[in-house]
Amino acid sequence: MRAFLLRVLGRPLAWVALAWLAAVLVGGLGAAHFAPFDPLEQDLLAAKQWPDAAHWLGTDEIGRDVASRLLHGAWPTLLGVAQALVVAGMLGLLMGLWAGYFGGRLDSVIAQVTNLLQSMPLIIIALAVLTVFNRSMLAAMVTFGILASAGTTRVVRSAALAVRHELYIEAARISGLSDAAIIVHHVLPRIVGPVIVQLALVAAIAVLVQTGVSFLGLGVPPPAPTWGSAILDASVALIDFPWLLVPSGGVVALTILAFGVLGDSLRDSAVAAWARPVQRRARARGGDDAAARAAREAALADAPAGALLSVRGLAIATTATGPLDAPRVLVQALSLDLMPGQTLGLVGESGSGKTLSILALMGLLPPGTRVTAGVLRLARTGEAPLTLDIADEAALAALRGRQLGMIFQEPMAALDPCFTIGHHLGEVIRRHAPGTSHKAARAQAIALLEQVRIPDAADVARRYPHQVSGGMAQRVGIARALAPRPRILLADEPTTALDVTVQAEILELLRTLKQETGMSVVFVTHDWGVVADICDRAMVLYRGQVLETQDILDIFERPRHAYTAALLRANPHHAPPGQRLPTVEDTLAAMGATAA
Amino acid sequence: MLHLILRRLALSVPLLLLTTLLTFVLNSLAPSDLARTMLGADGSEEQYQALRHDLGLDQPLLVRYGHWLKQAAMGDLGVSHFTKEPVLALINSRLGVTASIMAGVLVVALAAGLALGVTSALRGGWVGRAIDTLSLVGLTLPSFWVALVLIAVFAVSLRWLPATGYTPLRDDPRAWFLGLVLPVVSVSLVSITTIAKQTRDAMNEVMGRDFIRSLRACGLSERRIIWQHALRNAALPVVTVLGLVMVNAISGAVFVERVFVLPGLGSLAVSAAQNNDIALMQGATLCFTLITVCINLGVDLSYGWLNPKVRVG
Repeated sequence: MRAFLLRVLGRPLAWVALAWLAAVLVGGLGAAHFAPFDPLEQDLLAAKQWPDAAHWLGTDEIGRDVASRLLHGAWPTLLGVAQALVVAGMLGLLMGLWAGYFGGRLDSVIAQVTNLLQSMPLIIIALAVLTVFNRSMLAAMVTFGILASAGTTRVVRSAALAVRHELYIEAARISGLSDAAIIVHHVLPRIVGPVIVQLALVAAIAVLVQTGVSFLGLGVPPPAPTWGSAILDASVALIDFPWLLVPSGGVVALTILAFGVLGDSLRDSAVAAWARPVQRRARARGGDDAAARAAREAALADAPAGALLSVRGLAIATTATGPLDAPRVLVQALSLDLMPGQTLGLVGESGSGKTLSILALMGLLPPGTRVTAGVLRLARTGEAPLTLDIADEAALAALRGRQLGMIFQEPMAALDPCFTIGHHLGEVIRRHAPGTSHKAARAQAIALLEQVRIPDAADVARRYPHQVSGGMAQRVGIARALAPRPRILLADEPTTALDVTVQAEILELLRTLKQETGMSVVFVTHDWGVVADICDRAMVLYRGQVLETQDILDIFERPRHAYTAALLRANPHHAPPGQRLPTVEDTLAAMGATAA
Repeated sequence: MLHLILRRLALSVPLLLLTTLLTFVLNSLAPSDLARTMLGADGSEEQYQALRHDLGLDQPLLVRYGHWLKQAAMGDLGVSHFTKEPVLALINSRLGVTASIMAGVLVVALAAGLALGVTSALRGGWVGRAIDTLSLVGLTLPSFWVALVLIAVFAVSLRWLPATGYTPLRDDPRAWFLGLVLPVVSVSLVSITTIAKQTRDAMNEVMGRDFIRSLRACGLSERRIIWQHALRNAALPVVTVLGLVMVNAISGAVFVERVFVLPGLGSLAVSAAQNNDIALMQGATLCFTLITVCINLGVDLSYGWLNPKVRVG
């Protein structure tokens, strides 16, 4: 609690807000003493004067001193705020503690009551109360407090609920501590922070309500000085002396702002650090001049002529988030060649950089990471091959869909829950074949679903993602990736999240589709069984480095690197039953070798 | 979906009963006596008792409430004690103004709030900071004061727009529109910033989800991903906030109707409060509560429409 207060007081803005509120309080309490004039004293000869030494804030339409009237109006406003705060605080604390700490049936009753309170139009209830209670400001502020207690109740309830289920509270109950003692010693200290934040907001709105009611002429009758009536007076003189709007509105706005700022800094202190969620994607730059082109060609000099895709020297690092934070290298010097119709497996443990590498080729690295080096060459039918820097996300974006397709590990998360499966496929079809009618796109979508062996394709096209199974969702993902007929499919562990039987079906499907379409596949996996099943070549990654790349038979028969052998031994499919599965580290230690 | 609507309608019945009963109970607690007020200081005791009987004030509270409820259900909200006009007719003649303001606020707050929110989510930087500052300002400035400043600037100084008055849409659409600009803008200020903030937070959350990456992987344009997929997903929390914003806009309407001298429900309620006209206040409360119920129903309907998990089981 003390640390919390210290954090609040460490903020200069919170100090300014507190200082303003203190000034209003002192000025209001001592208005009779501080005010230079009687707030009711009229001087028609000195009406509508601009601020000067005698009248700090000028005079109003009938020559009353504005500063004096505002000083005298401070106290009723603060009193109204205090009344609302007491009601909202007490009632909210009571209902919230009851609902959160004792729970049970009463909890749901209180939840209904707060729902009702929050859906009542505040000002209308206030007007009704003012009608009945003969313009009693106290009645209006108490009513507002009751309505506002709904918010406090919610805050208290959730905080009390959280504390209630802590183990140490259970222990305190078992050891015989009374509920009252637990609430006073354990629950209240924990909910003080959030409650103060909520009450600051209530106070800000209470100022609005109090001045609003006076503005409508429903509070203390004129000529009594209130902030609301000061704005009303300003509205009367609007045409010939608009200056009056400035001090009256200013003092109200500043007070509301002070409560708001106080609440904000209290909340920020309670939440501690709040990082901005948006990270701007690094803009691809790099001039495409002759020198850059020559450098790319030089890097790709050893690439085989027939390759569909060649990558040289791909490096990925984290972006530095602060001046003291050095970028961490995630992938370095990755090179690969993909032949037409070939399936290349990228094998490695979690964190070896295999997924990042293919995301980089799509130009889809997650925020916080970036390509630091690397070039690629893509062969194109009937055109000169395309070479580009892998850091050039805009250029890669143009290749997505038509040249490079991708399927993902979590099939369900890859689909937008708000749109039907038919819509997902249709929009990709229409994107890559502009001018396709909706009807034609729909027919193509159903054909694609049939191609990925989905029964009742027309029916499935009408369904939403939450209405299909994970295996079905992955088939949809594959159909969507195939829609623009890409020449290369990047598959990021597409079977990991699925049941074993479904895994086999999806692998079988991918094999068949590969034969049907003749496309090349880069298959990311950590499963040697999948590699043996579907890949022609395999590349082993370890901590962002390529250890070896070999044809599939060779890698199983004669792994060149000790790590590959260790990874192969760690395959659970070949483990003798009843024995502990050797880890990569075990094998490496036994061989007396280190991997990196 | 039908189930959802029925459920919400069933829940709105206690809200209606509660608010009207509340006004009734307050009425009985009131220190001021309607019959006494109506008679004035020089009424005799017999006149007073007779008037109490005529007004039904000698009946028990719940009987009176039941009577009022029965009448209200048949469309009879009683007669204004002050002007002697039927309450329902008064409300009918005023509804159009308030409905126009509310509709204007809905359109302006939604359009401007979404545009600002999406822009700030995508651009971040100064747009985001400007929205943060604006939302603080929007919360800070009382709508009635903003309305006065707008009048001072746009009606008095620049003479672009009328300062006061209302022209029905049927009479002159142009005058109707021009007269509504300033009131709607004054009420919308808070609404716009609230919606913009919520939109920004929701967009930020959605743009980080997996399906956005997979949509990009399919080669879809960034514009389509943002305006169709991300916005559609971000709409759910925004709609929830929109409901609260519209309920708050009722309060805003009450104030600006006063400032711009618009003959709406809000100014009707204010004058009812000023004249201690309890029958009229009761009718106005019922009407505003019905508006609140409609807003909440609208939120639920659009929630169901936007969320396929609610729409199709």
